[in-house]
Amino acid sequence: MQNHLTTKGKKKVSGMQTEIRDAYTGETWVYTKEVKDHFFHPRNLLMLNEGEEYPADGKGFVGSPACGDMMKVWIKVDPKTERIKECKWQTFGCGSAIAATSVMSVMVSENEGMTLAEAMGIRPQHIQERLGGLPTRKIHCSVLGDKALRMAINDYFKNTNQHTRIVVEGAKVIDKVLHITNKDIEEAVLEGADTLEKVQKKTKVGTGDPTCIPEVEQLLRFYTEKYYG
Amino acid sequence: MQYIYLDHAATTPTDPQVVEAMLPYFTENYGNPGGLYAKGLRAKLTLDATRKIIADIVHAANPEEIIFTGSGTESDNLAILGVARANKKKGKHIIVSAVEHHAVLHPAEQLEKEGFEVSYAPVDALGQVQPKTIEALLRDDTILVSVMYANNEVGTINPLNAIGKIVQKNGALMHTDACQAAGALDLDVRKLHVDLLTINGSKLYGPKGVGALYARRGVALQSIIFGGGQEKNLRSGTENVPLIVGLAKALLLAQDNRERENERLTKLRDYFMQGILTTIPKTRLNGHPTERLPNNVNVTIMDIEGEAFLLYMDAKGVACSTGSACTSTTLDPSHVITAMGLPYEFAHGSIRFTLGHATTKKDLDYVLNIMPPIVERLRAISPVHLHLDPKYANHPKVHQR
Repeated sequence: MQNHLTTKGKKKVSGMQTEIRDAYTGETWVYTKEVKDHFFHPRNLLMLNEGEEYPADGKGFVGSPACGDMMKVWIKVDPKTERIKECKWQTFGCGSAIAATSVMSVMVSENEGMTLAEAMGIRPQHIQERLGGLPTRKIHCSVLGDKALRMAINDYFKNTNQHTRIVVEGAKVIDKVLHITNKDIEEAVLEGADTLEKVQKKTKVGTGDPTCIPEVEQLLRFYTEKYYG
Repeated sequence: MQYIYLDHAATTPTDPQVVEAMLPYFTENYGNPGGLYAKGLRAKLTLDATRKIIADIVHAANPEEIIFTGSGTESDNLAILGVARANKKKGKHIIVSAVEHHAVLHPAEQLEKEGFEVSYAPVDALGQVQPKTIEALLRDDTILVSVMYANNEVGTINPLNAIGKIVQKNGALMHTDACQAAGALDLDVRKLHVDLLTINGSKLYGPKGVGALYARRGVALQSIIFGGGQEKNLRSGTENVPLIVGLAKALLLAQDNRERENERLTKLRDYFMQGILTTIPKTRLNGHPTERLPNNVNVTIMDIEGEAFLLYMDAKGVACSTGSACTSTTLDPSHVITAMGLPYEFAHGSIRFTLGHATTKKDLDYVLNIMPPIVERLRAISPVHLHLDPKYANHPKVHQR
């Protein structure tokens, strides 16, 4: 394994397993220890036959098997403290998708649980950070878990008649299958995506609903001009 | 831990006999075949002899019909781009099958940008290109048809002889990518009715980084690489004598042992195929049940995603591959599985096992043993529960409110 190419491109990340970096493209591929741990030992998994009976206070589903990723999140909330007591999930997807949902369920429920307001603020970047990073080409696999979580929180607000507290995502849903909003496109542009392919790499937008691509291209131009004009 | 390699369609180990045949050409007989001294002449003689060996295997009329290249991909590129560009005065229409390797599909897309018209021939549900499909697509201005001999993902073998006859009768040129087939099937270009044929070393226990293109004498080709004019000015660059020797040695070995090895692999393949389909619920075979490469098993395991499965298998010491979008650079699921009329969901869960010389029944029993618990585990994680019959694939597309 140790030839001059891999050794040269190797980068030591403290506390994590060594990444293999492609010396030519700079792409990393190997999963971190944290990703592997969550992938092989998923936490807070909702077992199959529990699905219907699990007494959740809120549920959120996102994705579709056709796009290659689908996530379901169930939460239990302490109504007094508004902290998440339990966060259960199921994921159809690749290694990073499974690991991302698992680590997110830990983040929101550990140490007495996050408040709903805190949990609403979780974004893919926070999940990736906790995982010690993901290979560049796998980032798009981790962007659905937090969406499912926000849906579950909104569902909780709905179930408890707190309709005014429901946070409507962005101003407009662009991809109706993956529930990707103009906010997501904006974030992708801010993170440096300057082509449709790069936006898709980050958000997966349009892989389930290609009809939205022209709109994505317009938004891409709009935000690029707005921020980098 | 034992390591069971079941991805021989990706690449094979190099046969020690092939390595042995190549070695002297790295350190002793390293001459440039273009050199006008003894060492150069010796290399030239080796090159000629090797060209003759490969010409004989494919039943070429003349060794000059073999052009050495740097890979199967390069041979495909030379065939598609080279024929189209050299023959554009005759017509600007080409036909390629929808399940071709990207080494054919992407040059075809490039030709579209250059003003050519490309028809993508559909395949049937088993992944086969039917001669009548090609017949219907042929036009007076069709200059080239490219249909692979056997598919790299699902292993389906195409009826090339029947297709080639129709194409040649129509006055178009017939190319086939035989990279996957070269180790297992008959490469007689006369029987196959092909004018151009691509082979390479890395799928048949030969070295990587070497390929060959058979181009029948009289086929007009335009080079895609320019330089010193080697290979009749069709492929410039100093001939890679050691790898070319390796390619020839590998082809000879493969063709010599083909019948016995095919029989052994076919038995193992069918045993493994049946084992998966009977022990794991909700699995289906992709590709043709009998007209398939002797070493290829491709199944869809419903409700799980291919990459996740691969990682669990790898952790148990088994290497295989998937048509899932998550392992491709484009986020697109396998174009082969979807071309067979199967929904995306079936591509994401498609798994390819390709057996090889070293594969034993014991290896396959081990794999059959570890697979059911892995599938069970991943299905427990998955919220997806689809019907095995693709016609019920109108799953609910869940999204908020």
